[in-house]
Formats: sequence, C-alpha cells, structure tokens
Amino acid sequence: MSAQPSTADLFKAERIGRRRLVNRLVELAATAAALLAVAVLAIVVASVAKRGAGAINLDFLTKPPALNTGFGEPQPSGIADALIGTAIIVGLATLMALPIGVLAAIYLNEFAPRRLSAVLTLALDVLNGVPAIVIGIFVFVFLVSGHGQAGWKGAFALGILMLPMVARATQEVLALVPNSLREASLALGAAKWRTTLSVVLPQTVGGIVTGATLAVARVAGETAPLLFTSSLISNEIDTNPKDALASIPMFIFTSAEQADPTLHEQAWGAALVLIGFVLVTSLLARAFAARSRQRLAGER
Amino acid sequence: MATASRSVPGPAAFQRRGRVRPGDAILYFVTLLAALTAVVLLALIAREVLADAWPAMKAYGLGFLTATDWDPNKKLFGAGTFIFGTAVTSLGALLLAAPISIAIALFMTELAPGWIRAIIGPLVEMLAAVPSVVLGLWGILVLGPFIVSTLGPAIHGSLGWIPIFGTEPNVGSSMFAAILILTIMMVPIISSICRELFLGVPQELKEGALALGATRWEVVRGVVFPYARAGIAAALILGLGRGLGEAIAVTQVIGNNVAMPTSLFEPGDTLASRIASQYQGADYAIQVSSLVYLAVILLVFSLAVNVLAQIIVRRVAGRHRVS
Repeated sequence: MSAQPSTADLFKAERIGRRRLVNRLVELAATAAALLAVAVLAIVVASVAKRGAGAINLDFLTKPPALNTGFGEPQPSGIADALIGTAIIVGLATLMALPIGVLAAIYLNEFAPRRLSAVLTLALDVLNGVPAIVIGIFVFVFLVSGHGQAGWKGAFALGILMLPMVARATQEVLALVPNSLREASLALGAAKWRTTLSVVLPQTVGGIVTGATLAVARVAGETAPLLFTSSLISNEIDTNPKDALASIPMFIFTSAEQADPTLHEQAWGAALVLIGFVLVTSLLARAFAARSRQRLAGER
Repeated sequence: MATASRSVPGPAAFQRRGRVRPGDAILYFVTLLAALTAVVLLALIAREVLADAWPAMKAYGLGFLTATDWDPNKKLFGAGTFIFGTAVTSLGALLLAAPISIAIALFMTELAPGWIRAIIGPLVEMLAAVPSVVLGLWGILVLGPFIVSTLGPAIHGSLGWIPIFGTEPNVGSSMFAAILILTIMMVPIISSICRELFLGVPQELKEGALALGATRWEVVRGVVFPYARAGIAAALILGLGRGLGEAIAVTQVIGNNVAMPTSLFEPGDTLASRIASQYQGADYAIQVSSLVYLAVILLVFSLAVNVLAQIIVRRVAGRHRVS
C-alpha cells in the first residue's frame, strides 16, 4: 500500500470509534449551546410578558404617573409622559443622525479616495464602540453642566449613537448599487451630483430605511445617554424638548430601583411595551432588508 | 466596500476638464463635512471629557487608578474597586460567552439544517435587541432571587473550596449576577460575527478534509478554526468591549458596593456602573470631576479594545479579498 503512515493511523479501527464519539459529543454541545441561547431569550421575554401584561390597560398607556400617597381612592397611573417623551427624543435624534449619516456614507462611497475612506470608516466604527454612558457623560459636561437638562440634549446623545449605525448601513447598500448604473447616467451627460442624488440614492432608499429603523429600535431602549441629560422630570405630560423629558427606559430604570411593588409592576408593564416595540420593529426591518437585498443583488 | 465606485472620477477629474460643476462641488463639500462628523465628535468627546476630569486628575494623579476609596464626605475618590470589578465581570462573562458563542456559530453553520438555521439565527439576534434596562430589570427581580435560592447555593456547595465562590450567596445583587447578564449580552454579538467567519471558510477546504476521512469536528478543528482564528479573536475582543462599557444592566444587578469584593457572590461595582449610579447628582465639584475621570479611564479602555478589534477585522477582510 502506498498510503502515507499518518493517513493509515487515522483509519486505525480502534481510533475510529473514539473519533466518532468525540465528534458526537461536540455536536451535542453545539446544539445545546444554541438551545440555551434560545431558552434564555424565551425566559426573559416570557417573564416580562407574564409580569407586564397585568399592568397594561388603557389608563396605563394614556395617563401620566399619579402620585398615590395611600390616602383616598388611588388614581390611575400611567406612562403616557414617557411614551411621548421617548417619541420626541428618538424622533429628534433621528432628525440629527439620519441626514448626516446618509451624507457621510455618500462621501465615503462615492467621493473619497480609498485611504481617506478607510480612515473615516474606522472613525465611525470606533465611535460606534464608545460606551453609551461615556457619550452621556460627554453630553453632560458639554451641554448640560451649568445649563440644565433638556430633551434635545438627550436626543443629541442618542443621535451620536445612531450616526455610525446609519452611516454604515447606508455604505453597505451604496456598495451594492451596480456601477453600470452610475456609468450609464454619466455617459448620458448627467453631472456627478445628479447621478448620485437621482440615480444612485433612490436605489438605496429601502436599505437606508431599514438601517434607520434598526437604529431607532436600538436607541429607543437606551438609558445610559439619558441619565445625565434628560432624567430630572416633572410628573406631567411635557412636549417641550427644551425641558427634561420622561422616557420609557428611564421610567423602567427608576421604578426598578424603588421598593414599591406597584412600581415594579409598572416597570414590567413599561418593559413589555418597550420590548414589544423593539423586537417587532427590528424583526420587520430585518425581513424587509432581506427582501430588498435580494432584489438589489438580483439586478447585478 | 465601494470598489465599484472607484472608477467614477473624483473632484480632481472634473477640474481637469476645465470646468467645475457647481452642483458637484456643493455635494462634495456637504458630504465631506458630514463624513468628518465622526472624527470631530471623537475629538470633541476626548477633549471635553479630559477637560472636566482634569481637576480630579490633578488632585489624585495616577494613584486614582489603584485607590479603593469612594467617600464623598472625606472627598477621597479612587477607581481601584471599579477597575477591578470591570475586569472581573467582563473577563468572567467573556470566559462563559466565548465557548457558548463559538458553539452556537458552529451549530448554525455546520450542523443545523436550513430551516432550523432560519429560525435560530434571528432568535439569537433578537437577544441582542433586548434593551439593557429590560435585561437589568429581569436580572434584579428574577435572576437575582434565583441565584440566592438555587444557583448560588449549588455552586457554593460544590465549588465553595475555590475562593471566588467562597462566600454564601445571600444577596441577589452580586458580581456573579453581573457576569451572567453580561454573558447574555455578549453571546449574540460574538456568535453572529463567528457565524459570518465560519460561512467564509472556503467549501473546498472543508470538502478536502472530509474526503480524507475527517469527522465534522476534525474539519472544524483542523480547517475552520485555523482559517477563522484572527476573526474569532476580533469577535471576542468586540464582545469584551461590549462588557466593559455596559452601564445600566450592570448597575441594576451588581449592588454598587465600594468595598473590594472577596468572592463573586458579593456585590461590587464597575467603572460604567459607578458612573450610572451617581446620576442623581454629586455633592462636590471634585466628585463630579472624579466621575468624569472614571469616564476617561473607561474611554481609554474601550478605545484600545475597539481599535485593536477593528485593525484585526480589517486585516482579515483584506486577506480574504486577496485570496
């Protein structure tokens, strides 16, 4: 036989059983790990749903928090102020981050020389890695300290978190746009700016919307940037972004710290609202992304 | 990346033709400005945070890094306990998350049939979408009591001779709870990166090993792991970065204790968690400055970790493009 000794060793009868056993054990361990991750998700979502469902009713969603002192009839208490506050803060953050992120991606993919593009993309990734609490402290020392908290300052902090997410998502779809489209437009005599804005960009709208939606879902649940920028609130519904605004994550955070079990129940209710919003939006965005990516790739 | 758009002429090219289209120049400079935002923000963050940390840096110097006091009444501040807590919780979580995440990625790329993959992939990613404040709420009200009643005594009973499990698990808020919560946060990040890496291993290499008679595990050990080694390292470092910086969920479950913990079942604190726990205001200017000093240390750690991971990621991506 001309087989090499090492290969012959591999096929020795007494080792094949052991090798199969090891293989089987590793396969079992990998399957168990995957099941464990899914089980943890199921347990977390189930405990939030079980404890939160009881708290949710119309009053909870439409009334501001009531100060129940224990005297007299307890007033219905809700999270309407936090829902409105989160909508305003996240909306403002999107208004700040979306245009800048998309424009930045256009520069990086359509204009920048390769080296500069690599450096600026690295800066985006590094910014993405700065902890949310450090961003919160930065906005605190930059805007809040000595001037007071405000909803728009919280939005600014969330916007910093969103910027790299939006820019990177836009870069990804821009890279999928076939070059033949750009060349065809330029060959017809269209200017570069016209080509970029009316030919290339419309192709990427689906991807940008997906990226922005994922970013919204992510920052809607962020607490750390709001701690120092929009946490000292009144107990009324406030829509002025110059005031500190209530938010769902801050409500959960502060309620969980209290010893009062009714506040815990409300925290679970708010957590259920938040987790429902975040999971549904990110699932929808992912499904939509898979479809539009297939279409773009199909056109190549 | 945009290799496709390289052939499209840049600003130099439209000058060469003798005229600059104003629209082109405007779009060029507007987008350039937007692209510089990230760099400007990074510089601004570093500058502002350093400026406000300066009084504490001057007052306590580098001794701040090892001092273990945090006593506003005596105006004594130090980051020692928090740096220790950050290191223990993130490394501990990484130790748990690394094998689990790699195993999940292997399951999804090498073992699971397509339809299971299509279900489990999104589920694991949904775990990453759970907001940290919700995970922290679950950690303090569900996981904490479970550790005290069941998990803690079991571990203390069987492994109590190891010092890190040496004390009775009496309180739900502990370093151990923080490690478990951070593990849950790291797993989706590491496993999704590893899955992409494993999918990138050339099929012909794996088939070659299989044709030589290797079992699936031997293919993984001999082909997949060596091929993806650098990428796995980057994934683990990114996971570590996530653990270092998590403030909210950790502050909810760790107990915010300044005393140096002697076992994982005792409360402790981390850099990020200490900053978050002081949000209701500090009494003295030097206390605020010390908090910002903590943020500086955290920023240095996370920048180092992230830049390292990104450099590895780019090197790996470059190698794949060449081959």
